[in-house]
Amino acid sequence: MPKLNGGEIIIESLKKENVDAVFGYPGGAVINLYDALYSSNLKHYLGRHEQGVIHAADGYARSSGKVGVCIATSGPGGTNLVTGLANAQMDSIPLVAFTGQVASSLIGKDAFQEADITGISLPVTKHNFMVTDIKDLARTIKEAFYIARTGRPGPVLIDLAKDVTQAVAEFDYPDRVNLPGYKPTFEGHKLQINKAAKAINDAKKPLLYVGGGAVISGAEKELREMVDKAKIPVTTTLMALGIYPEDQPLALEMLGMHGTQYANKATLETDLLIAVGARFDDRVTGKLDEFAAQADIIQIDIDPAEIGKNIDVEIPIVGDVKTVLRELLPHIEAKENGVWQQRIKELKENYPLKYEDDGSETIKPQYIMEEIDKYTNGDATIVTEVGQHQMWAAQFHKYKKPRQFITSGGLGTMGYGLPAAIGAQIGQPKEKVVLIAGDGSIQMNIQELGTAQTYNIPIKVIIFNNKYLGMVRQWQEIFFEKRYSSTKIPAPNFVKMGEAYGIWSKSVDKKSELDSALKEAMEHQGPAILDVHIPEEENVYPMVPAGAGLKDMIGG
Amino acid sequence: MTHILSVSVLNKPGVLTRIAGLFSRRNFNIESLNVGKTENPEISRMTIVVQGDEKVLEQVTKQLHKLINVLKITELDKNSIVERDLILIRVKCTRKQRSEIIQIADTFRAQIVDVAPDSLMIEATGTEDKLEALTELLRDFGIAEFVRTGIVALSRGQAAK
Repeated sequence: MPKLNGGEIIIESLKKENVDAVFGYPGGAVINLYDALYSSNLKHYLGRHEQGVIHAADGYARSSGKVGVCIATSGPGGTNLVTGLANAQMDSIPLVAFTGQVASSLIGKDAFQEADITGISLPVTKHNFMVTDIKDLARTIKEAFYIARTGRPGPVLIDLAKDVTQAVAEFDYPDRVNLPGYKPTFEGHKLQINKAAKAINDAKKPLLYVGGGAVISGAEKELREMVDKAKIPVTTTLMALGIYPEDQPLALEMLGMHGTQYANKATLETDLLIAVGARFDDRVTGKLDEFAAQADIIQIDIDPAEIGKNIDVEIPIVGDVKTVLRELLPHIEAKENGVWQQRIKELKENYPLKYEDDGSETIKPQYIMEEIDKYTNGDATIVTEVGQHQMWAAQFHKYKKPRQFITSGGLGTMGYGLPAAIGAQIGQPKEKVVLIAGDGSIQMNIQELGTAQTYNIPIKVIIFNNKYLGMVRQWQEIFFEKRYSSTKIPAPNFVKMGEAYGIWSKSVDKKSELDSALKEAMEHQGPAILDVHIPEEENVYPMVPAGAGLKDMIGG
Repeated sequence: MTHILSVSVLNKPGVLTRIAGLFSRRNFNIESLNVGKTENPEISRMTIVVQGDEKVLEQVTKQLHKLINVLKITELDKNSIVERDLILIRVKCTRKQRSEIIQIADTFRAQIVDVAPDSLMIEATGTEDKLEALTELLRDFGIAEFVRTGIVALSRGQAAK
């Protein structure tokens, strides 16, 4: 067996896991690992800040479906990863994060750049490890990848004492893991499947409520079959946009706080809600005791702890969504469109998404999304930051396939979008990747423009520039009598900033100029920035005030 | 409602932090937590006393199961277990009171483990109720300080699952 040093063992282990890209930022505690990278052919992307690095790995994981890998040094390197870990944990994104640690003899001595990253990251990772003996290194990496990608995926952190990356050992990558405390359930319980099938066959007004778990599981085909067979309308969460094509008659698009009226009204009328890989988040349900109050609930989820966490469920099925749907399908009776499907059609006709456009040169944000949809034929991967623009991107673009919409859902991390778009493009080199950003969010990790430029990542950055932290401003307008406390935010000259990074950049503030500017940006060979000035006080509608029920939508 | 959970965990560094952290993070109320070695050196057993209704208990159990180092969780049925709590109490006492306190200790099958001119230390084991009754009786003399281990418990007739 070959003898390798710790850094080389990590590289070889990553190859065994079929990793083709890592995102990282070097430092003293990981210098041996970087030395091993220097002579390897593993593609490493140097970010500009560890937060950018981990969001890029996250965007890569979301667009490719593979495990994202990132590297940071000890101390501040590790602490800068924390937001990215929490972000991935909330949205169940598989990541393996390597952090350097001071030498094992110095641990606990407040050594230079020492931070207790396993302690700090404990609540925001699926699991974490500290390796202080090189004999444990390969096995730990094997376990970390296994834990990250199986069951309900999530981020796993491996903290590496510096002497471990220096030491030499025989490299022996295990074939299997031995984790007696970790046994995810994949197949649904037969009795529960039969019960669910009967409920679905008997229901008069069933409704599918599909979340990110269905995307992770790769269940789009099974979902489609179910809808086609039983004619069940589908609403999706922010995390699952596109898993069922939104141009279909039974697609109700997004539900919840900024969901469509027709989706929310359908939840009020349904007699059987079928939750598929969704977790009844407060942004989805509004006031819990009013949510789907007429309905029995079936919940399919791989994580048993999600069952009954927020809402009582009549028929729980623990298992992998794709597997369970496949088991369920033969028991589902084929149906024709009837009264319920007619009602859905009416709801969609009577309560469409809309916005006011006065025909002036003002560029409405909703219009930009429609134009991007049109220009890209609805095929682009849309990545977003967090805020109003994120909701407009969710609402005014028809998504057709899973993994087409990449966004920070659970944690709502401003500053996620730019690095995630870079990672998403690296994960899917052939797709057109468009970042929809707010002028506030984009400034939170703007340094990653350097990364996009260095590697010529051809992302198209569309900044919805309203010179406000728009979502908070909207709440202040509606609930705080327009007391705009700290939400007016001066933006830099984005064109000059883009040019300083060597990136093609343009600003546009007239509707008649949008199309040609969009075309220029889209056709530009490398990364491009389009700074679009939109009305300062445009609101996202419809809207359910926080804590209210879905019947109490305002606007739209 | 009080529930007693017997939790087998892999004896890895940080396992106690992971469990304690989970309880605070998920807003669960923990009444006592006890951890010790078992017949298998790689496995520790925790006895956790939790406050909450059935729903809270269900969430606690499911969330604990998600921890990679947790092997098994059993809710112990109070009717078919042996539960023990250990207390050390230092009671203030004058020379005259000494024999009375020793009598009380005898009644509870407790041991006198330290004698000082103005105090006695008593060691007692038993159920929570018994130890509370003992503490209550000794309160009149003045309790200088006491420490309790919290409950440890095993199912009767067989090893706890």
